Amino acid sequence: MSRPMGDSHKRFLQTLMSNGIVSSLQAKALHRHCCETHGAHYSPDRLDEFIDVINAQLQPMFMHIRKGMSEEDGLQYYALVNMAETDVTRMSSDYADNELELFRKTMDLIVDSENGTASSTDILNCADSLKSKKMKKKETEHVLNKFVQDKWLNEKQGEYTLSTRCIIEMEQYMRMIYQDLIKMCFVCHNVAFQSQICENTTCGIKMHLPCVARYFKGRSDPHCPSCNDFWTHEIPEIQQAQSQGSQSQSSSAVPAPNPTPSTSSTRRSRRS
Amino acid sequence: MSQRKRVAAVGSQTKHFRRSQQVVLDEDDGDMSLTQPTSSQVQKARENFTPVQVDRKVAEVVQFILIKDQKKIPIRRADIAKHVIKEYKALYQDIMKRADRTFEQVFGLKLVEIDSKNHIYILVNKLQPVPGEPISMCPGNPKTGLLFVILSIIFMKGGTVKENVVWNTLKKLRVDVGEKHEDFGDVKKVIIDEFVRQKYLEYVRIPHTDPLEFEFRWGQRAEKEVSKMKVLEFIGELHNQEPQSWTQQYREATSVETSQR
Ligand SMILES: [Zn+2]
Ligand SMILES: [Zn+2]
Repeated sequence: MSRPMGDSHKRFLQTLMSNGIVSSLQAKALHRHCCETHGAHYSPDRLDEFIDVINAQLQPMFMHIRKGMSEEDGLQYYALVNMAETDVTRMSSDYADNELELFRKTMDLIVDSENGTASSTDILNCADSLKSKKMKKKETEHVLNKFVQDKWLNEKQGEYTLSTRCIIEMEQYMRMIYQDLIKMCFVCHNVAFQSQICENTTCGIKMHLPCVARYFKGRSDPHCPSCNDFWTHEIPEIQQAQSQGSQSQSSSAVPAPNPTPSTSSTRRSRRS
Repeated sequence: MSQRKRVAAVGSQTKHFRRSQQVVLDEDDGDMSLTQPTSSQVQKARENFTPVQVDRKVAEVVQFILIKDQKKIPIRRADIAKHVIKEYKALYQDIMKRADRTFEQVFGLKLVEIDSKNHIYILVNKLQPVPGEPISMCPGNPKTGLLFVILSIIFMKGGTVKENVVWNTLKKLRVDVGEKHEDFGDVKKVIIDEFVRQKYLEYVRIPHTDPLEFEFRWGQRAEKEVSKMKVLEFIGELHNQEPQSWTQQYREATSVETSQR
C-alpha cells in the first residue's frame, strides 16, 4: 500500500526535521522546491497527499508529520511528531532533570490559567521548590530562554505560552495527564490554551483568539455560539497574516522566517 | 545532473574513495561490549524476540542516531549497543542493517563508519544542498557559508593548507579571527573546535615546526557530504571562469563524482 519515497519526499522530510516546525506557507513553497529539484511531478494542491507518502514510511519509526494551528496567528503549521514518546521525555536529551521539571511546572501553570499563559513571576516561584534540584533566578531565566529558543515556549512581556510546536508534539500527552482540564476550541475543535472562555459558568466554552476574531467578524453584538449569552470579552482583530491566499500563489513565495530562530542544530549537548 | 557524469578516470584518489565510502557494518573485530555472536546465538535470539519487538528496536536505533546527528555528534557503536540495543545484542547486525536501510530509503541519509578501529559512525546527507531553498536545510546556521569558504580554500590549494593562509584569506573577506564576529562569535573556536569535532575539517600539526604550525585538510564528513564540483562551480562564479579552467581540481572533482555514483 505504501508508495516508496522519492528524493523529493526525503528532502522535504530533512528540511522539516532540521527546522522543527514550518508554516503551511513554507511547506507549500518547500513542496514545490523539492519536486522541482528532483524532477518529480508537482501538483500544488496535493501537499497533504505528498505528506501522506512520507507518513506511511515514518509510521514504523513511530514518527508522524502532523498539522496544527498556531494559537497566535491562527495559521496552519507542520511539525514532525515522535509518537513513541509524546511527553516531556521527548526533550530529555537536551535538558537536565530539574529543567524538565520546570517545564512540567510551567505546563501546569498554563493549563490552570484561564488564558493559557504563565507569568515569569509564577514560574520563578516554582523554580524555588523543584524536587529534583532548586534553581536560582538567573539560572531559571536562562533555562526559560532556552525553552523559547528551542521553540517549546513563546514569551511576550514576561508571559509564557506554549508554542505551536509544543502543542502539536505534546497534545496527546497533555490530554492524557490533564484529562478534563484540557478544553477544545468550540470553533476549530483543537486544544485551546490561549483563548477566551464563556463567562456563563454552566457553559464555559473556549475559543482561540484567532477563532474568536474570525467568528465574530463584523458582528456588533457577539453572543456565545453555544449558550447564546452575551460574549463579554474584547474581540481581537483578525491578524494580517491570515490573508494568505494571494501570497501562496506567487511563484517566488519566499515565506516569512520562523517566528523564533531555529536552534535545533545549535542546541548544546549537556552530556558528552 | 553533474553527479551523473561518468568519467573513466580511475586514479588512486578514486580507489581511496571507494574504500572509505563503504558502510562497514558487517565486520566486527570484537570490542569489549560487542563480541561476535555465533550463528546459533543469533538463531536463538531471532526466536526469542517477536518481529514486533525487533521492529521497535530498529525504530529506537534510528531515533537514537537521528538525535545524536542533529547535534552533529559522531556516534559510537559501543553507545548504540549500551543505550539502545541492550539485550538484543545478538541481533546487532540485523538491526543495524535495517536501520541503515531506513536511513537511505526514508531520510535520504547514509550511515558511514569513519573510524573502523573504534567503530564511530556519522550520518551523511545523500541529498546535495541546492540553491534557492525556500527554507534552509540547515537553518539558523550562518556558519555553513563560513565552512564552505574554508573548504574551497583548501580544495583550491591542493588539499592541504597552512592555517595562516586560511586566516589571511578570511581577513580579506572581512572575517577577522582575532575579533569577535557578529554571526560566528569566536571564529577561530568555531573553526578549530566545532568544524573539527563535526569532522568537517582536520586540523593537524605540521611536524618539526618551531614555533608550532598547523594545517587544514578536509575532514571525513566534508569528503562525504560536500561536492567538490559544487565548490569548483562556486569558485568559477567568483572568478567568472569555467570550472574546467582549473584542470587539476576539475579532474579531481569529476573523478570523485564518478566514484560516488
Ligand atoms: Zn480554535
Ligand atoms: Zn457560553
